[in-house]
Amino acid sequence: MSSTEHRTEPDTAPRPTDPPEQHIAYHPSAREYIRVGLLLIALTCIEVALSYSSLAGTKLVVALFTCTVIKFVLVVGYFMHLKFDNGRFSRVFALGAIGAFTLYAVVLLTFRVWSG
Amino acid sequence: MSDIHAPIEYTSTGLRSTKLAMWLFLASECLLFGGLITAYVLYRGQSTTGPYPQDVFDIGYTSVSSFVLLASSLTMVLSHNAALARDYARMRLWLLATAMLGMCFVGGQVFEFTSFFREGLTLHTNLFGSTFFVLTGFHGVHVTVGILMLLILIAFSFRGSLSDDPAFPVEMVGLYWHFVDIVWIVIFTVVYLIPAPPPHGAV
Repeated sequence: MSSTEHRTEPDTAPRPTDPPEQHIAYHPSAREYIRVGLLLIALTCIEVALSYSSLAGTKLVVALFTCTVIKFVLVVGYFMHLKFDNGRFSRVFALGAIGAFTLYAVVLLTFRVWSG
Repeated sequence: MSDIHAPIEYTSTGLRSTKLAMWLFLASECLLFGGLITAYVLYRGQSTTGPYPQDVFDIGYTSVSSFVLLASSLTMVLSHNAALARDYARMRLWLLATAMLGMCFVGGQVFEFTSFFREGLTLHTNLFGSTFFVLTGFHGVHVTVGILMLLILIAFSFRGSLSDDPAFPVEMVGLYWHFVDIVWIVIFTVVYLIPAPPPHGAV
């Protein structure tokens, strides 16, 4: 075979021709952000009020965690733009967040933290 | 040259590698803080000597700190909005406001730690002290790093180093900042608001 005859496999790999997504397609306005911020503050007020209320035990924990999860989702969805951004970012973050939650929930269950 | 000047990378995923790396980093941080929170929950009520959480916590004071951190997240997104509009003056103003609110939060945490120390709670006093200081201390360090990143961003904007695409670095620092905020949202509920069980061995 001469040195000029190079047989190579056809290059079928996708060409990265499209420019990457520089920014999200939709971006909330300042007014929307302020609305979300006020909602977060209201939820925190509810949490603090709950901690001073007569609620106790499982009911209190469930009520507090409900507020916490709503706040978490609001910040991640709106302030971190995951609601409007490429789904792959959501999947990467969900992998870490849900993975961590599952792992440590198993640890806490193993040690019977809630048995008392 | 800093990465801020780097040309937009073309990737096979169509996503910016820097942003994907940031999300991967934040996902790994979930495991770090998850471990620290789990350690705190595991040892709740296991301390054999005081001071106990109910002896030292001031929910009203910590609530104000939480409001400050939530407000800083709002100012951070407003700075990103301004960066998208290439309104540099407003972007710097909101970035500075975010850094100032972050400093208020860290200052409040230092005051809280000092008051706990005066009441006899240190890292070595009991299981509560060890797990509490490690968890909230790690969070405080993250907030401090975030403040430094914000100040560097402001300095870069004054130098004109963000001229190519100012919204992108602001967005990256913002992602980190909001993550620190969501970690505090969880810490505030788990550590401060859920009442601690009675001390170990108490009737």
